Amino acid sequence: MIQSNESQSNTPTKPLLRVKGLKKYFTVSVPSKGFLTRRTNAVKAVDDVSFDIMPGDILGVVGESGCGKTTMARTILRAIDPTSGTVELTLGDHTVDIATLKASKLKPLRQKMQMIFQDPFSSLNPRMTVGDIIGEPLVIHKLARGSELKDRVVEILKKVGLAPEHAVRYPHAFSGGQRQRIGIARALIMNPALVVADEAVSALDVSVQAQVINLLQDLQEEFKLTYIFVAHDLSVVKHICDRVAVMYAGKIVEMAPTDEIFDDPLHPYTRALLSAIPLPDPDVPMRFALGGEVADPGALPGGCSFHPRCDKCEDECKEKIPSLREYRPGHLVACHRAGNTPL
Amino acid sequence: MSANNDIVLRVENLRTYFETDGGIVRAVDGVTFSVKRGKTLALVGESGCGKSVTAYSILRLIQKPGKIISGRIMLHADEQESIDILSLSEKSDELYDIRGGKVSMIFQEPMTALSPVHTVGNQICEAILLHQDVSRARAREIAIKALGDVGIPSPQKRIDIYPHEISGGMRQRVVIAMALVCRPQLLIADEPTTALDVTIQAQIIHLIKERQRDLSMAVMLITHDLGVVAQSADDVAVMYLGRIVEQADIRDLMKTPRHPYTMGLLKSLPSLSNRHKRLPSISGSVPSPAEIPTGCPFHPRCPYCVKGLCDTAAAPELTSLDSKHSVACLRANDSELKL
Repeated sequence: MIQSNESQSNTPTKPLLRVKGLKKYFTVSVPSKGFLTRRTNAVKAVDDVSFDIMPGDILGVVGESGCGKTTMARTILRAIDPTSGTVELTLGDHTVDIATLKASKLKPLRQKMQMIFQDPFSSLNPRMTVGDIIGEPLVIHKLARGSELKDRVVEILKKVGLAPEHAVRYPHAFSGGQRQRIGIARALIMNPALVVADEAVSALDVSVQAQVINLLQDLQEEFKLTYIFVAHDLSVVKHICDRVAVMYAGKIVEMAPTDEIFDDPLHPYTRALLSAIPLPDPDVPMRFALGGEVADPGALPGGCSFHPRCDKCEDECKEKIPSLREYRPGHLVACHRAGNTPL
Repeated sequence: MSANNDIVLRVENLRTYFETDGGIVRAVDGVTFSVKRGKTLALVGESGCGKSVTAYSILRLIQKPGKIISGRIMLHADEQESIDILSLSEKSDELYDIRGGKVSMIFQEPMTALSPVHTVGNQICEAILLHQDVSRARAREIAIKALGDVGIPSPQKRIDIYPHEISGGMRQRVVIAMALVCRPQLLIADEPTTALDVTIQAQIIHLIKERQRDLSMAVMLITHDLGVVAQSADDVAVMYLGRIVEQADIRDLMKTPRHPYTMGLLKSLPSLSNRHKRLPSISGSVPSPAEIPTGCPFHPRCPYCVKGLCDTAAAPELTSLDSKHSVACLRANDSELKL
């Protein structure tokens, strides 16, 4: 019933997902000086983001609230339409651009792209039984019905560590961790190639969080899943991701393999973010706290968006927007000063 | 142990129960601890362990169907006789004097803690005018200074803005300014940084520490984040199902925990050293507080549980191992138990 995505792992040279120049601007109207006049303003929620994900990879996306990580994740899945850019999804030998695909062509592809949400309380319909919630995607895509539907629901319930009899219960009867398992079951029943987990473990308690992280890792290995793991908790990202993209004000400012991001961060923002993690060890004090606030994506400062908070800022940073460049193989950074002088 | 006059708050055998249709929920079931002047006690535990109910009990903010069943909450404020908060009547001036005056509280969600229809300044002034005998103009001056003290730039201007005009981090600063404006002896901080980004969280932790030093106040920090605890607490009490299962000096608790639950919490934290490996999680989940297991409440999830002992004996009491470390475990002295 559930097959691993073998066809993709046979062609490792081609990325599963190739995002190029992805932009999502929201227009908002803001009051201007006059009493009744308003002007429109573009909020650059996602501003020219590009990256590839190979099949079976786990990409972590981190950043502070408002940096555009959730908008980016949703734009990739075409839950919201991008302003511009391409999102190429490769399944087998077949490559399509999700960003521009017609709605009718998009629907069958949605099976292959699933999402796990943050809040296990609001993401499940309280009036549906767990079995109906998990089976609904199969019904929508007309993939199974009757006893086959039931069998597949039972099978996936077991996979995520729940019991078959749970299918007839309603979400309120479950704890937060169990609800998150239901959300994971609903996403995985479609046998997806790409799973976007948006803060999937943030709302959980420590002991339950560890269980769900283990589950996500086990399922990833079993089904060769590809995850985009959006999170603000850097220690969770560190634990499960192969690569990490750090976002600030709608742009990726640094992207590298996880070990490099944590051991040798190049961007001052990444460094600040890492040093702000409170470590569970009283003998390792927090080194320094980043001052200021996250840049307002509706009114970005000129030049590098991070420059007002950056302690390494120079004149160039105030004028020129740094582009994301490959500092060393596989390690990209968008900072004028990275590598020039010791930061 | 330091002299008794260092203790600002002493909670003894506090029990707060909720009468529900499903039976009596023992949210807080016999909790004893003290908070010392200038020190931070962290109350740690997962959702539903009773840490917030403990805090609300201290300020007598428990609402029906909840009820404080028994216990003593002794507040030792400066140069005054100690007061048992539980003996005060619901509407007494003394209780109003304590709430927001001698004992202040900050909450998790800074947006809901502030009124959206009043300016920041008016809300702070309200707290001042309630507790201090000053004029409106003087209250405004105090409020401006309080905003400056919590690191809000140009407080003279910011005092007249509404909460929705500022970011979450700034709002939490306003809440802290409001809580500290009457120079409380004790600050209760209920998950003060949980809703904030990690960089802003670091700023707020730093700010609370700084203001604590300036005012030499006691802080009771309620959190589930062991990282925050390690960075800000002097002493820690770990709660599970309404009871304190382990209490110690921060270093002892983090380095040599004695209760299997504390060990489990510490081990289940993801870190670089256990990267890509399975996290040693605590099995099962927290039982409903209406169905607390017999014997040691942790026994169904405990890897060190001994059948016939842990599941049948009376729930273990918190017992001292040494002057700084106590634990409620039937096997606390067993060398098999280690991190």
